Amino acid sequence: MNVAFDINGQPVEVQVEPRTTLADCIRHDLRLTGTHVGCAHGTCGACTVIVDGDAVRSCLILAVQMQHAKIVTVEGISNDDALTPLQAAFRKHFALQCGFCTPGILITAHALLTEEPNASEDRIRDVLSGSICRCTGYIPIVQAVLEARAAYQVQARSAAA
Amino acid sequence: MNVVNSYVGQPIERIEDLRLLRGRGQFVDDLHLDGMLHAAVLRSSIPHGRIIRLDTTAARVLPGVAAVITAAEIGDPVPTIPLRLVPMSDLVPYEQPVIANGKVRYVGEPIAVVVAESAAIAEDALELIAVEIETLPPCVDTRSAAANQSLLFEETGTNLALTYTTVLGDADAAFAAATTDEYYIRRERFDTQRHTATTMETRGLIGAWDSERQHLTVYGAAKVPFASRGMLAKQIGLPESAVDLIEGDVGGGFGMRGEFYPEDFLIPFAARHLDRPVKWIEDRREHLLTCNHAREFDCDLELLCRRDGTILAVRGRINGNIGAYIRSNATIAPRNIAQFFSGPYRIPNIHIESTMLVTNKTPTGTYRGPGRFEGDFFRECLFDVVADDLGIDPVAFRRRNLITRDEMPAKLATITPVRQQEELDCGDYLQTLDRCLAEFHWVDKAKLKGRLIEGRYHGVGIGCFIEGGGVGPRENARMVLESDGSIAVYVGSAIVGQGLETVCVQIAADALEVPMERIRIFHGSTTYLHAGFGSFGSRSTVMGGSAIIDAAENLKKAIRTAAALRLNCAVDDVLLEAGMAKSPDGNVVGWTDLASENLRADGTFFCDRRTYGYGAHAAHVAVDPGTGHVEVVDYVAVGDVGRIINPMALRGQIVGAIVQGLGSTFLEHLVYDEDGQLLTGSLADYLLPTAIDYPNIRVFDQEEYPSPNNPLGAKGAGEGGIIPVGGVIANAIASAIGVQPKSLPLSPSRVWELMNP
Repeated sequence: MNVAFDINGQPVEVQVEPRTTLADCIRHDLRLTGTHVGCAHGTCGACTVIVDGDAVRSCLILAVQMQHAKIVTVEGISNDDALTPLQAAFRKHFALQCGFCTPGILITAHALLTEEPNASEDRIRDVLSGSICRCTGYIPIVQAVLEARAAYQVQARSAAA
Repeated sequence: MNVVNSYVGQPIERIEDLRLLRGRGQFVDDLHLDGMLHAAVLRSSIPHGRIIRLDTTAARVLPGVAAVITAAEIGDPVPTIPLRLVPMSDLVPYEQPVIANGKVRYVGEPIAVVVAESAAIAEDALELIAVEIETLPPCVDTRSAAANQSLLFEETGTNLALTYTTVLGDADAAFAAATTDEYYIRRERFDTQRHTATTMETRGLIGAWDSERQHLTVYGAAKVPFASRGMLAKQIGLPESAVDLIEGDVGGGFGMRGEFYPEDFLIPFAARHLDRPVKWIEDRREHLLTCNHAREFDCDLELLCRRDGTILAVRGRINGNIGAYIRSNATIAPRNIAQFFSGPYRIPNIHIESTMLVTNKTPTGTYRGPGRFEGDFFRECLFDVVADDLGIDPVAFRRRNLITRDEMPAKLATITPVRQQEELDCGDYLQTLDRCLAEFHWVDKAKLKGRLIEGRYHGVGIGCFIEGGGVGPRENARMVLESDGSIAVYVGSAIVGQGLETVCVQIAADALEVPMERIRIFHGSTTYLHAGFGSFGSRSTVMGGSAIIDAAENLKKAIRTAAALRLNCAVDDVLLEAGMAKSPDGNVVGWTDLASENLRADGTFFCDRRTYGYGAHAAHVAVDPGTGHVEVVDYVAVGDVGRIINPMALRGQIVGAIVQGLGSTFLEHLVYDEDGQLLTGSLADYLLPTAIDYPNIRVFDQEEYPSPNNPLGAKGAGEGGIIPVGGVIANAIASAIGVQPKSLPLSPSRVWELMNP
């Protein structure tokens, strides 16, 4: 089947089998390999991407459902020049070790702070509890997300102004 | 180490992060080779039985299927997976064939491999393979295995693969002499549950055969690429020089990943068989079903002490349920659990038999702190039972029995077969205990013991531990001065996501006295060095780091020699400074200018003595009597790890390990039913810690006692965090509810049952 959507600001059109998950489509058809698959049954959060503003598990949706959708992956929240404030906070706090779960967690945190730049620590922990990290014990991840709030707050204020 | 120390000891931000945070890491499933096929594995659904029919005809003719590989295609004899470190002839009959050959012995054992144009077609084809298995009675626990009524390996006549004996002094004589009221004896049984490392990246491999060069390349290596290459080359009938294993980014190791598994043969074999690249990516169910399991031990131990708490002897038996086969490192946990049972304590007489019993479950291997997590749980629980019985404060009991600084180096018990004698290198175990008590505010918190506050019972627990690391015998490194003046450093250590690249850069930059930006690290792959030993036993910083220092010294010699010719002075007079070489009369030549002379140097580090980090952990828990839920209100970890290379990376290792240990203590359990079927085959059933579970952890690291065994003074530190957790938490729960837990995991239902017998 043919499906057309927008990914990281680029319009794409792909030919996929109906049974192809969005995760497999992004990774293997579009070769955007920053999105990872850790469980393929919706429990680990490594494959999280943003679809029309919401953080969703790309292993649990089919690519063919994405007609006209706007998708953002970790590549879409990164740039060549410098780490974003969220990424820099992760680096500063050693909020990653092997880095396999990291793209899903960054996307989850980005979606959260974009909507709720003042999210409390409890709220952050609650939202991050949908992502499994086996290396860090989560404490540095929570610290990093708390620190990154400031940049999203500035963004929210300038958007409002 | 005689260098300008500018990076070692600093919380240097990780180099790895720049690619990993942008989604630009390169994990094995991120690779696509031209013409690549995809494999899927048919696995046994029967725990114990004989294959009486295997018909792959329908699968072979499915459009898109390139091949179906079974034992018949591999030929006779089907290769087996050997022990990696020390060969033991007694265990050879229990080695795992790379594909089921006549018999299946666990659910998940590979029976056939389908290779097809896509992973989906390969999986479709699995459904078309007809297998008929005549079932045999399964053994699922050590008791049924020991009864030998159903044998996994009929030819050996027993399910008892091996018994280790650990001896210090004469325990039986000590027990025999303890005939008066002055002595106290306590016998107890404890057990720990089967669980495993569960890395977030599942395993994966790509095999690629170059028929012209007769060369095999395997992507997806980890941990011990050189050892795995040796095994694969032998099994597949190629010289080692015709096989390369390539390590990319690795999504977690923890002792499990990178050992040799059946697929490490099957996928390269398929690639050579078909003369096309073949990729296999494990799914999560396969991961839980087939990766090395760990930790399933039970014990029956007896402790003898004086009534004042002075320990005189420990004796007894520990049984290991090691699963269906002896895989590449199955012996490590059963050895460690007995050899290091005494931990940091003075136990003058020890006699422990530890068994390895085969059962119809997934084969076992190492998981972070192998045998040590389990042994510490047994020991620390036993100590609290004894102290409580004798009316001795648990801290006083430990204080009385900890090995003191003046007793160092202190001999541990000797284990046989493959006789090994270890000694504790250095340290002040009482000091870390005292610091832990102080940071935890033990005196105040101990007053909460057993108190019901706002509907929950409060308790505290404490335990001390040692962590063996820096496992030898050797590691290699090579440095090459590149034309742009940068230095390429090739290390035999492997990267498993622990931040080793950054640590290696820090050490190399300090040793060469150049800025970090000029160092580039190449790791793990067999293309770089003639031999490497890998990453296990908390060894990479100690062994790999020390090899880098040696290589740096040798490279500096080579640079001095080359510079002396240009500068017209004696080699010894050349001064190296900030990437320049200077003569005494002030002439200067840059390293960049010397690069054309092809300057390179090898380094190696040999050491057969382990390092021993150590410390103490304390926990404050609150138990809900209605649900059995336990909250970890506070958790304090104090550890001395010798020289600290990167305090932030170290802290990450320790916090991460503690949370894994809390998962081991409360959540993680590979549950089998009595028929040998795994019931926890997804991450919805096999519970891992999440961000809401354990937010209250405080870590205090120190470097008071650098190891005398290596030029860095470093000690292994990747495992210490997990080792004491089970014992500390169990004892905290005991102090809260007044009943000693003796089994893990301490799930809410288990804790509730302890409170409501």
